[in-house]
Amino acid sequence: MNYLLHPLILVTFFPLLGSLALLFIKPEKKNTIRWVALITSLLTFIFSLLMLAQFNANNPNIQMEIDNPWINVAGWNINFHIGVDGLSILLILLTTLLTPISILSTWTAIDKRVKDFMIFFLLLETGMIGVFIALDLFLFYVFWEFTLVPMYLLIGIWGGPRRIYAAIKFFLYTMAGSILMLLAILWLGIRQGTFSVPELIASGANIPVYIQIWLFLAFAAAFAIKVPMWPLHSWLPDAHVQAPTAGSVILAGVMLKMGTYGFLRFNIPMFPNAAIKLAPWMALFAVIGILYGAAVSYAQKDVKKLVAYSSVSHLGFVMLGLFALNPQGIQGGILQMVNHGLSTGALFLLVGMIYERRHTRDMDAFGGLWKAMPVYGALTLIVTLSSMGLPGLNGFVGEFTILLGSFGSKAIGSPWFAGFAAIGVILAAVYLLFMFQKLFLGPLDKEENKILKDLNAREIITMVPLLILIFWIGLYPKPFFALMAPAVDKLVAALQTAATIAMH
Amino acid sequence: MGIKTLIWLLPLPPLLAFFIIVLFTNRKKALSHTISVGAAFLSWLGSMVVFFFAVQKGAHQLGEHPFASSINWLPLADKWLKIGVMVDPLTAVGLFFVAWTVFMIFIYSIGYQNYGQPKGDHDQKGLPPHGATVIDEQGHKHKVPSIEPMYSRFFAFIGLFAFGMYTLIISDNMLTLFVGWEIMGLCSYLLIGFWYAKPSARAAMIKAFITTRVGDVFMLLGIGALYAFTKTLNFREIFFNEELLHKMATTPSGFFGLSVAGLIGILLFIGTVGKSAQFPLHVWLPDAMEGPTPVSAMIHAATMVSAGVYMVIRMFPLLSAGAQHGELTSPMMAMAFIGAFTALFAASIALAQNDIKRVLAFSTISQLGYMIAALGIGAYVAAIFHLLTHAFFKALLFLGSGSVIHGMEHGIYHVDEDIDPQNMFNMGGLRKKMPITFWTFLAGGLALSGFPIITAGFWSKDEILADAFSNGHWMVFGTLAFAALLTAFYTMRQITLTFLGKPKTRAAGHAQETHWTMTLPLVVLAIFAIGFGWVGIPEQFPLIGGLIPNWLHDFVITTLPHHLGEVGFNWAPLLTSLVVALGGLFLGWYVYKDVPAGAEDPLKKPMGFVYKVLQNKYYFDELYDIIFIKPAIWFSETVSYLWMDRKIIDGILHFIARIAFQLGTIFRDWFDVPVVNGFGDFVGESTKKIGKSLRVVQTGRVQQYMLIALVITVATLFYYLFSVFTP
Repeated sequence: MNYLLHPLILVTFFPLLGSLALLFIKPEKKNTIRWVALITSLLTFIFSLLMLAQFNANNPNIQMEIDNPWINVAGWNINFHIGVDGLSILLILLTTLLTPISILSTWTAIDKRVKDFMIFFLLLETGMIGVFIALDLFLFYVFWEFTLVPMYLLIGIWGGPRRIYAAIKFFLYTMAGSILMLLAILWLGIRQGTFSVPELIASGANIPVYIQIWLFLAFAAAFAIKVPMWPLHSWLPDAHVQAPTAGSVILAGVMLKMGTYGFLRFNIPMFPNAAIKLAPWMALFAVIGILYGAAVSYAQKDVKKLVAYSSVSHLGFVMLGLFALNPQGIQGGILQMVNHGLSTGALFLLVGMIYERRHTRDMDAFGGLWKAMPVYGALTLIVTLSSMGLPGLNGFVGEFTILLGSFGSKAIGSPWFAGFAAIGVILAAVYLLFMFQKLFLGPLDKEENKILKDLNAREIITMVPLLILIFWIGLYPKPFFALMAPAVDKLVAALQTAATIAMH
Repeated sequence: MGIKTLIWLLPLPPLLAFFIIVLFTNRKKALSHTISVGAAFLSWLGSMVVFFFAVQKGAHQLGEHPFASSINWLPLADKWLKIGVMVDPLTAVGLFFVAWTVFMIFIYSIGYQNYGQPKGDHDQKGLPPHGATVIDEQGHKHKVPSIEPMYSRFFAFIGLFAFGMYTLIISDNMLTLFVGWEIMGLCSYLLIGFWYAKPSARAAMIKAFITTRVGDVFMLLGIGALYAFTKTLNFREIFFNEELLHKMATTPSGFFGLSVAGLIGILLFIGTVGKSAQFPLHVWLPDAMEGPTPVSAMIHAATMVSAGVYMVIRMFPLLSAGAQHGELTSPMMAMAFIGAFTALFAASIALAQNDIKRVLAFSTISQLGYMIAALGIGAYVAAIFHLLTHAFFKALLFLGSGSVIHGMEHGIYHVDEDIDPQNMFNMGGLRKKMPITFWTFLAGGLALSGFPIITAGFWSKDEILADAFSNGHWMVFGTLAFAALLTAFYTMRQITLTFLGKPKTRAAGHAQETHWTMTLPLVVLAIFAIGFGWVGIPEQFPLIGGLIPNWLHDFVITTLPHHLGEVGFNWAPLLTSLVVALGGLFLGWYVYKDVPAGAEDPLKKPMGFVYKVLQNKYYFDELYDIIFIKPAIWFSETVSYLWMDRKIIDGILHFIARIAFQLGTIFRDWFDVPVVNGFGDFVGESTKKIGKSLRVVQTGRVQQYMLIALVITVATLFYYLFSVFTP
């Protein structure tokens, strides 16, 4: 088979190719650079759709698999092993969708060192997609760490006033967690003689439970920081607020999902008994995150920081769903990852638009904007409602399935978790509506705000795909669930087998 | 077109109207209202056809085999969560009242939003119109009402609202019911805050949404629990499965000694408490009067608040599961208590309100309490009956009050007087100036008071009292009877102050009857407010009972898997309801008949402190502010953000950074400098700098730190690998 035209290879490495091409363009030709980057990312998106076309939704297994020896020294069998299944396909599509949107959003916002920016951005895309397709732990780790560098530079160079602090905090924090994961990866590789994820899953339940728990925690250290789970979240508001808009969109939209995806792809199937044992604890931290993130969001004066903290709350829902360890919970969790990427991504875009006009994000500086910018107001309202889970929009479908899943979950063991999580739904309405109110309602009394221009065509174009998906998932989620359902069922069945074996 | 397709199509026209207006026609006022009212008409027509077919099919046929159709929506585990539509007898009567009231309100809105009037002199978007100056043929300047600046937007929003209500009514399952429920919540938010530049409207809209959302979340949990236990959300799959209901009623839930059915019932009921503004979540509804009057009529009478009651009526088989021999289940007891208490509580507040719309708002809360209490004591048909009659007469009263306000505004513009057009103590004598409004308002008011025999409200209210009496629920009976007395009193107070006597202000003397688009809906609704009671006259009522069959009872009762019988006739509740209705009306007229201009409420002095408490709604807003809102804000801003996030979590992080820095120093001073001197400087320096940078001090040389971090990682790894894995 010709690997160069393999859909996964194309999707993963085409952005890399684009960034190489950018190297040969003079930095002064900013518009050419922008167009090359945009077209590269759009083509990548089209390739990802081709991948989707080849994907068989009824097959619960890994598809389009490539498994070649890569590094074989001293008895280590590291393979270049990639593939896609129902757990990862939506996240790949989310990545390839958000990247062109983000690039388009930087058209006027980024004017300094455009070439470097676009190169890093495309490198980042390759890294992120790599994370979602890697099926070899070592390869996964390479991609995982690889994403840090471009993001670190995006924040550190194009960020806000406190960008250095934020960038270093982001980098060292994530790195610290990754080291523990790396140790666990090496332990597995040496002890089990393979880095292949499917093989490790097959043999995972044989590891004694107490060791599983240690391994689980080591992986969890990396992923929980990334998600971020409470109380490991404090890098997130700094990184989000300081990052340029496109960086925030990708950070919230995709990179946080790398953490939740890690739990789903590695922690739960590779250490099933540990996952079952620790599920109540994971749920507990998830619920604390939901409530805590919501409470802190309300306290913010900076609208971007508010959105950033709301991610802590929303990702708590995802974690609660995943660790319900039943089909409803996990499906809801995956869908909620996508939903959060769409809604929060859109919110960051919207915040970026107003920041570009007014150079402030302090909510007290606004008020009555609906009158000055009606289109902007209407779009923000829709996205806000989607973020707080209004039925008919995407957020509700995710939260509803997660609540159904966690309510009846045997692994979590108590409906109280769902009960407290549901309070987060009220709180989300509180902080989001107050945000909307402070920005858009009330009298339009500040001179600076009266002359604001409504959105231009380019800005509307960046929002349209997100809005379409927000409605689509909200009204007709069937195709999205259909993509993931077989893989999730398989995962849950494996968990049940592991649990019964452990009992005997 | 089959009847089932038609049912699916019922909610769609208003939704389409919403999108068309928002996207395309929002600059064209006439086109926008034509589309919107046209859509309401189509839905009305469709509903009437469906209703006709439903009635023709016959109660028993329809009860056993309702018109139903469903599709797969959400795959959950091995089973699909289906959504669908269904018309059973309850839905049929629900459709009937929703279609009529919604259609009337749409027509009324044209007049209310001043269609055909000139643009205002200083009107701006987000504020109510302030009037326009016109010059007539003789060159005189006149001030007249001006058209609403966001006219089209209003018609778009009410279209979306109607979509939500139709969706809710025709749902065959809890999920789409909840979808409709929340869409209405959103629209109520948008419509209460329609004049969003007004700070009071801005506060009211958020209060309404969040208060109802508190209830919604419990309801959502109830839905979750229901699904977790039954694996379905379809009404009939649950209600007509006797084994399942029995199992739910007998399995303990593990919460507060409730059975599963009891727990789910109470969770769902809390949703109704929020939506139907029952105590203690009633605080949002009075403030919601900030919206334009047609909105008040839609939200606070015809549809949204009724939806809360409709939901518990719909869920009655579940709520009453396990009730035997007249014993009430836990959810029923909760409903009986909360409903009866709210009925009296809200009625007492209404006594001391001066704003014409606020009186009606509290009256609505009180009347919804009646229905909830009725359902709580198992008076299923009576609750439905009162829901229907109330929807008609309360929509009528709200629209009537809007007409009064309009007439008053006209007078205010005419004489240029600066008074509140909604304060009843500025009115008086309007019966001559606004005859149609007066007679229709009187019809609505008498129905609300339960004026005997001729009004619809009498029959439905009497049935509730009769049911409470004959089943021996004395507390409920007494409370509701007393509330009925207060109701008649404040209603007559309102009518007397507004329409009777002499004008109390010059503006009231120059008030004018409103446009036909406003008075026509009043007349139509007045017909229902009087005549609708005839469909539910008890068979055994003296003299006239049995002349017309008790159609409503026979029809809706087939919705239930087990049919309830009609309660027997008894003179005691009938006499009670006669006495309280007539007595209250008389007292209300007697006390307020001669209030002179500029005088305050004659009850203010004699009632003293009590009056003040009532006027301030028992200080619930202030109380909630102290016990919920202030602590929540403090917790959010100070405890979680400042203390926890900034001080503790980041504090620990910075502390670790400082240790790294100290370690770096120690390495440097004790190891680097003396031992490796020179060679290791690089590492020590860099570690030191990482420490420094994490202490929020910013230097700039990021690449170096990264390198160090990598070096440290790799070094640690190698150390680890060699120590652990070398055999």
